[in-house]
Amino acid sequence: MRPSDRLGKSELVWMWTQMLRVREFEERVKRTFVEHPGVLRGHTHLGDGAEASIIGALATRNPGDPVMPSYRCHGYPLVLGTPSKNIMAELYGRRDGICNGFGGSMHLADPAHDFPGATGIIGAGIAHAAGVALTAQVKKTSQVVYSFFGDGASKQGAFHETLNIAAVWKLPVVFILENNAYQAYTHVSLEDANHVAGEPLSNKAHAYSIPGVSVDGTDPLEVYDEVKQAADRARTGQGPSLIESKFYRFSAHGNAITVPPVPTQFPKHESVEVYGRKTEYEAAKGNDPIVKFRRQVIERSVLSEPEARDIENEVRAEMEEAVRFGLASPLPVPEDALKYVYA
Amino acid sequence: MGKEMMYGEAIATAIIEEMQRDPSVVFYGQNMGMTERDPMLKMFGKDRIRVTPISETAELGIAVGAALTGLRPIVELWMSEFMLVAFDQVLNEAPRLRYMSGGQVKVPVVFKAGYGFAAGWAGQHSNCLYHLLMGTPGLKVALPSTAADAKGLMKAAIRDDNPVVFLQHFLLTLEKGEVPDGDHVIPLGVAEVKRPGTDLTIVATGWMVQKSLAAAAQLEEEGIDAEVIDPRTLAPLDVNTIVESVKKTGRVVLVDQAPRHASAAITVAGEIAEHAFSFLKAPVRLVTAEDTPVPFSEPLESFVLPNENKIIQAVKSVLAKHAATV
Repeated sequence: MRPSDRLGKSELVWMWTQMLRVREFEERVKRTFVEHPGVLRGHTHLGDGAEASIIGALATRNPGDPVMPSYRCHGYPLVLGTPSKNIMAELYGRRDGICNGFGGSMHLADPAHDFPGATGIIGAGIAHAAGVALTAQVKKTSQVVYSFFGDGASKQGAFHETLNIAAVWKLPVVFILENNAYQAYTHVSLEDANHVAGEPLSNKAHAYSIPGVSVDGTDPLEVYDEVKQAADRARTGQGPSLIESKFYRFSAHGNAITVPPVPTQFPKHESVEVYGRKTEYEAAKGNDPIVKFRRQVIERSVLSEPEARDIENEVRAEMEEAVRFGLASPLPVPEDALKYVYA
Repeated sequence: MGKEMMYGEAIATAIIEEMQRDPSVVFYGQNMGMTERDPMLKMFGKDRIRVTPISETAELGIAVGAALTGLRPIVELWMSEFMLVAFDQVLNEAPRLRYMSGGQVKVPVVFKAGYGFAAGWAGQHSNCLYHLLMGTPGLKVALPSTAADAKGLMKAAIRDDNPVVFLQHFLLTLEKGEVPDGDHVIPLGVAEVKRPGTDLTIVATGWMVQKSLAAAAQLEEEGIDAEVIDPRTLAPLDVNTIVESVKKTGRVVLVDQAPRHASAAITVAGEIAEHAFSFLKAPVRLVTAEDTPVPFSEPLESFVLPNENKIIQAVKSVLAKHAATV
């Protein structure tokens, strides 16, 4: 029996609803580039395609378990309970943003919802996650820390150094390597030794003598099963695990890097834009985790077709409101820039 | 004669010309040379143009090792903050090895990085970190403000036998300027007077040169004649050109996009205090960023950074000081 077999109707509906919320939020961010040019400044990264992986993993949490995502971080606080309108307001640089307009897309934080904070420097957050796990270990809180990072980050020294220490200290952390096939603009075949050797990226766990598995990150239940085992292991003092969750990022790495006054905009995915691999992109789109899981919940009679449509409409309305709220929220007071430098 | 080109294009042209001139120059970094269609890869092949994983410590450390043994690597870092991940290589390896070897080895590397992206890139991608670099003997720091300087300084950086951090300002990428034809090389350590003037001296680097020149143009309409100097490299720093200007004008405004504390501007102020104190008719004024990280939202970001208006106000206060004391 798989751990996910025990999930009841309410849990499965929750999972599908959260997947939809993450997707719809990211769609609305992307649309903002077109509908409200200039509102999104700097660099914004979207997680569409990651929904099954994010939610399959987070569904295994106990209340209060901390979550440490990468800079591609909009989806996690959404699932953890941060109001979507305050995340959107942050991306728009507004006063009602969860970081008061100081952080922006890459640097979200909501400690009140178990999200101590994301960093814009690739790999740095992996070490932070182990530090959060150290707190849990020292304070004996029984928490497990969920550390999410991309395939690109697994080539940083911070990844390797952290996995080693986490293994030695048996820190309660689950490392979830989100392999979305592209490290920014570079295909994994150009930069990962395991991939080049035809082996899974989870092999990196062998170097630190911890469990390493690879899962289909487009199937939330498969992700759930593996992460659940890893979380149980961490919670019972047996130390960290590495899970490679394989899926495809549907949007480009981020908006095109433009110099003002050229407005920010979203390019095509790099598989098409840089590598000219249209069929690869279309095949990935044909394996959309949200479409697949919708089919599954309806086939298993978890939801009826009209119930599913009701949820879709609710989610659309929620994110419509998030955009409206974000645009209506005032910009910060300039002088406030001097706040928060020191505690 | 020259050719008009963009700042970013001028840098690329310098690299191409130097790679054509010297087969020991190699160029690598993240997210570059990824496909057969890449123009640099077509020109120079897979040995000399490489894409790397996100592994700054290895990227910079490998460059140091290669430089010790006969290559002249250029590492594309994109963002100067990414250098911080491997700061040991930048501050404690590349600039020290020659000295510690008693002059036996040399480390001809170029660490190329963008900086100062004041366009909503927020706390970890918009910074001006040159103050951390210019205090490291053995390291050179170039930060061009025009297309011509960008090309000339990049060529000099590649030919230099020392580690050079080449900082290109993101907001100047598309700025066009006349670039001299031929083998245009600008020696590292030579400032340029970007606008001659008699009433006061403004010293600025990078994007702030543009802001200072715009301020000077406005001030001219009010009968104020400002001289604008761009050091072009912070290490070596051409103290002499700055001091000579101050001796002439007696008034100084130092403009720096970085926070004030321990800034390049403070260093220049120290040099002026020692070498031109008796020529000063008013206290030196600094126009710098506030001592904060760079915030995300536009009104916050604008508040902390220097701009034309802040420069103009500083110039006027320096001139008013003079009037009050005469």
